[in-house]
Amino acid sequence: MSLRPPLRAVAIGASAGGVQALSAILPALPVDYPLPVLVVVHVPPDRDNALVPLFQSKCRVAVKEAEDKEPALPGVVYFAPSDYHLMVELDGSLALSSDEHVNHSRPSIDVLFETAADAFGPGVAGVVLTGANSDGANGLRAILEAGGQGLVEDPAAAYAQAMPAAAVAACPAADVLPLPAIAPHLLSLAPVP
Amino acid sequence: MSLSPSPRDGGEDIELQLLLEALFQRYHYDFRHYARASIKRRLVQARDQLGFPSLSALQDSLLHDPATLPKLLNYLTVQVSEMFRDPSYFRALREKVLPHLRTYPSLKVWIAGCSNGEELYSLAILFREEGLAQRTLFYATDINPQALAAAEAGVYPLDQVRKFTQNHQKSGARTSLSDYYVADYGRAVFDKSLRDGVVFSDHSLVTDAAFAEMHLISCRNVLIYFDRDLQDRAIGLFRDSLARKGFLGLGSKESLRFSRHAAAFADFDRDDKIYQRREP
Repeated sequence: MSLRPPLRAVAIGASAGGVQALSAILPALPVDYPLPVLVVVHVPPDRDNALVPLFQSKCRVAVKEAEDKEPALPGVVYFAPSDYHLMVELDGSLALSSDEHVNHSRPSIDVLFETAADAFGPGVAGVVLTGANSDGANGLRAILEAGGQGLVEDPAAAYAQAMPAAAVAACPAADVLPLPAIAPHLLSLAPVP
Repeated sequence: MSLSPSPRDGGEDIELQLLLEALFQRYHYDFRHYARASIKRRLVQARDQLGFPSLSALQDSLLHDPATLPKLLNYLTVQVSEMFRDPSYFRALREKVLPHLRTYPSLKVWIAGCSNGEELYSLAILFREEGLAQRTLFYATDINPQALAAAEAGVYPLDQVRKFTQNHQKSGARTSLSDYYVADYGRAVFDKSLRDGVVFSDHSLVTDAAFAEMHLISCRNVLIYFDRDLQDRAIGLFRDSLARKGFLGLGSKESLRFSRHAAAFADFDRDDKIYQRREP
């Protein structure tokens, strides 16, 4: 088995069916989970971000909306605000932008993953969950090319297959796991000290 | 596999810094303190779409072919926006800020980083609806001459106008947006009388000086593209440009919280990111 550099962050992308999928992952993280978790979910732009209060009530880790230029701290889940891209700067801090939509989406999973790959190199694990488009496939490939790790929800069992299937097609080296196995895998990647 | 440093390509970051340095030294456009992740995405997009194999090749063209500059500027500066974006901001201006502004005999409003003009026309319509347009001078500024020209033209794709119209209604509209444009071959051409009180001007928040005695400055989704130092410069410029008790409106995810000039402003409407200049 190869030795990997320690992880510095987890980045997760989800679209249709994403709230249910995330509900099988985020509440399983212990309060002292040693990594920041950055999450993009495609939500309608006009809707106030209801994800944060929803997951605050379900999770032991802290959950908040990502703010421009804040540091990404371990044990905190950051949701991209609706209608803004969430990005990672080279120093590991978070950034927002209202740049044009990517894959018809803002926030876009590709934008998060590509900038996370840039900032964290091999130190990031990207996770592509259920969805009905192909956002995240290019970003996951960028993470793998930078030496990071790729996880994809098994398309066969996903609520919407297209997005995880596109990620698997773009990233044959990614680990494909059924939803219930993803949280244990994230815990094994970053053992709580 | 060893634990040696990652094979991450550091070369592109060097190319990016050199390109921004070249842009500054050659043309005095200073993007060196823009937030890196976004500027990198834009430069990579420009490199690919303009057909250059590398950022170094793009830099070479920038230095030797004057036609490259305007093309590159469009990638680096143009903001996609919409009229009445974040309708609650315009509702807050209408219901909370304009009652204060109404007490002045003449008004000056600065749209800083106006890009293609969507925000300018939104404010011009809002001020007209509220009966303040006649006494208001709008300054619409941007660093990109092509964006300023687009703002001055006031022509937008008709397929965007449905969204503009919905936003306008949610802002507490007193009129119909269709009162202000004519449809023409898939385009919406906005009424030129909206520009009667507008001065368009080339102005950089990075390198230029303050304006005088503004009653309202609207600068939304511009500061998030700046690093902290540059944000502070721009916010200092806004502080110096505002009249006593003047208002500053920022984007919904921007704030003065981390600025060293924060003490010069009071929260006026926390949810809609509207600040008021304190007494100096």
